Amino acid sequence: MTETMVQIVDVVLLILLAITGIAVIRTRNLFVAVMLAGIYSLVSAGLFVVMDAVDVAFTEAAVGAGISTVLLLCTLALVGYKESKPQHTTILPLFVVIVTGGVLVYGTAEIPPFGEPDNPAHQNVAAHYIHDSGDEIGHIPNVVTSVLASYRGYDTMGETAVIFTAMVGVLLLLSRGSLPKRVYHAGHWHKVKRGMTREDLIAEMEDEEAHDSTVVGGEDEEDG
Amino acid sequence: MISFTLFNYWAVIVLMMVGFYALISRDNLVKKLIGLNIFQTSVIMMYVSFGKISGGTAPILIESGGHGGDGHGVQVAGDAAHAIRDGAEILYSNPIPHVLMLTAIVVGVATLALGLSLVVRINEAYGTIEEDEITRKDNAA
Repeated sequence: MTETMVQIVDVVLLILLAITGIAVIRTRNLFVAVMLAGIYSLVSAGLFVVMDAVDVAFTEAAVGAGISTVLLLCTLALVGYKESKPQHTTILPLFVVIVTGGVLVYGTAEIPPFGEPDNPAHQNVAAHYIHDSGDEIGHIPNVVTSVLASYRGYDTMGETAVIFTAMVGVLLLLSRGSLPKRVYHAGHWHKVKRGMTREDLIAEMEDEEAHDSTVVGGEDEEDG
Repeated sequence: MISFTLFNYWAVIVLMMVGFYALISRDNLVKKLIGLNIFQTSVIMMYVSFGKISGGTAPILIESGGHGGDGHGVQVAGDAAHAIRDGAEILYSNPIPHVLMLTAIVVGVATLALGLSLVVRINEAYGTIEEDEITRKDNAA
């Protein structure tokens, strides 16, 4: 009886997720898309609770629905929230998606049934973690914590290395460091000379713009 | 009862394809990244589905009264993740997919942050985040 209830909640949440995902694709306002992506994360956090993954659920709610949304909103503040109309046909992407989905559904024929205790995934170390982590790691009732921080501690260490690398990348990209080799502005590419500062470049662009507006029909003579 | 053996996986595949479609059919780079995020969440959902055991509970050890949190209330019973408490069997869902997916979520947000800073930088250099316009400007050079 309760299992049936759980399954109904599961199905309803999955359908909600599909509707939200399709709404994200259809909207042309990026602000709406970001908000819908936040809703998507929150609903999937609910689904994780239904599937007993409480740790994944609160991480998804905090990181997926929280930090990701904040990052996306910060980006929208810099780049604007209008999406232009798609220029090309959507038949090819649709075809690729349907074929890929069909192949994946075909692949599920070999997957053991959902929720069976005898599935291969539950046969190896999982039982050991559940039976012995209470004694081996010491008084930590949450098995996920024991596995994350102790049995698979190297995994978590590697994760911090990945996050550190990403942080270095973000800092290098967003810091006002060296300029790109060329910048597109007002219909042409501007070569950036060695030792040029951002302000020099802007001044050059403004000069050229003023020059262009006086010379009618100035042609592009920029062979790179 | 409805047949439920593979529904979860099929639904997850549908969500995955929704994200994939957003990724390959839209020109807007922010929209692409949102699609990538949807794809990633559905992969996480698939792993968590692998770890679910029907009638199971979250893998947080339930202690029997009197032992005071030393884990002795949990006993071995067979291959699967069984435990005995007051004579009743407790089934715990598999904790390993949960651990792996915790890592995946955090790495995912790192990927998103890096992608978004690339988008900001592209917008600085090209004045647009639409892929077709970027290609046009590249070809014009």
